Amino acid sequence: MGNRTPLYDTHVAMGGKMVDFGGWDMPLHYGSQLEEHNKVRTAAGMFDVSHMTVVDLDGDGARDYLRYLLANDVAKLDGKPGKALYTGMLNEHGGVIDDLIVYLRDPGYRVVVNCATRDKDLAWMQQQAKNFAVTLTERPELAMVAVQGPEALAKAKEVLGIDWVAVIDSLKVFESVARGEWFVARTGYTGEDGLEIMLPAEDAPGFWRALADAGVAPCGLGARDTLRLEAGMNLYGHEMDDDTSPLAANMGWTIAWQPEERDFIGRKPLEQERAAGPKEKLVGLVLEERGVLRADQPVVVDGTEERGIITSGTFSPTLGYSIALARVPVTVGDSAQVEIRKKLVPVKVVKPSFVRNGKSVI
Amino acid sequence: MSETRSELKYLSSHEWARLEEDGTVTVGISDHAQDALGDVVYVELPEVGATLAAGDEAGVVESVKAASDIYSPVSGEVIAINEDLEEAPETVNGSPYDDGWFFRVKPSDVSELDNMLDADAYREEAEG
Repeated sequence: MGNRTPLYDTHVAMGGKMVDFGGWDMPLHYGSQLEEHNKVRTAAGMFDVSHMTVVDLDGDGARDYLRYLLANDVAKLDGKPGKALYTGMLNEHGGVIDDLIVYLRDPGYRVVVNCATRDKDLAWMQQQAKNFAVTLTERPELAMVAVQGPEALAKAKEVLGIDWVAVIDSLKVFESVARGEWFVARTGYTGEDGLEIMLPAEDAPGFWRALADAGVAPCGLGARDTLRLEAGMNLYGHEMDDDTSPLAANMGWTIAWQPEERDFIGRKPLEQERAAGPKEKLVGLVLEERGVLRADQPVVVDGTEERGIITSGTFSPTLGYSIALARVPVTVGDSAQVEIRKKLVPVKVVKPSFVRNGKSVI
Repeated sequence: MSETRSELKYLSSHEWARLEEDGTVTVGISDHAQDALGDVVYVELPEVGATLAAGDEAGVVESVKAASDIYSPVSGEVIAINEDLEEAPETVNGSPYDDGWFFRVKPSDVSELDNMLDADAYREEAEG
């Protein structure tokens, strides 16, 4: 038996097909992954993401600590309580230990890291914390529910009640607000508008049921993966890992090079890589023929013997054909070939983003 | 619990075969297989006229989640394929034993069916 979130019994009662995910028993789907996917693109769906790791950071040294620990610069959050920042946490070689969101609490910070990388993340964060006046507090007593889709905010307001309406109406994208143990952020992993809500574990089943009663579709990890892939969002262990540079993972925009005097872990190797010119980049692939692109299939690029590789691939329910993210030589043009079961098939090369707010952006 | 049918024979790789009254053999994938695969989005079938040996790769079924090879349970010539699956691959999920069939073979040795699992043995193997 794996770890169970506070919503485990609710998932089982609602017909969730439970699978192991990073040591957690999580719902893969509740019947049809495609229907769940489409519900998020056209109305509202919800995901149990309580398996993710929430860590609060407090102390006078927290800001300096995070400015050293993270490739993006938390100074961008100064004076903006509740504001969120997406960033990589890099190792000394400039590889990605994890990607995470950091929120400015008032005072202190909160970070949310991946469940599969929890142990190494916490070990690294504790190790780096030794030289700073900062305390790290994991918050396993919190559940987390993501409500996503064009109707997500309206449904969440309906369930949360009148006290929250004005607060949610004032939330901009990548902002959060805390009330007691409840923490509501306008963030997500689907390419749709929505909220990620942290709440006390004991409140989670009732909140989930109330959302379901309001017409929000329970969605599993299957839909979560196809939604994030259509949105061109990275998944740790696929688009990036300890040996992958953020420059080769479409995360260049998350590196705060300025101010130059800010030292952060991984800065030097990244500066060298940037000066030399990265050799690989992350692109999107589109297969217009029938078939499905899958992770680990090789990508053949004209004019070089170097092969690229598909990092994530799927059938896109929104577009009706297969899409993929791939790490390829930077010389790639606007087409390439993918080896699918020993056959080369032509694909279009596009920016690594396919669907936003329900519509194709290819 | 997924459905098995006593008139069908099964492979442990989750194909089923049905001996029709005209002596041909229809092939598809089991209810257990479609459930494990999840939403089917694409089915690649053999060509009509192709000659298969028992155990040959005869096609591929792709779900949102994964790709899975389809093996022919019997030797013979492919005499029909289910063309409806091209436009409606989800039929495999909704009707794995009827409308979601894959292909039909004119068997060269019908006794090969005896090498397959019966429904109870398959259920035992698939679901433990």
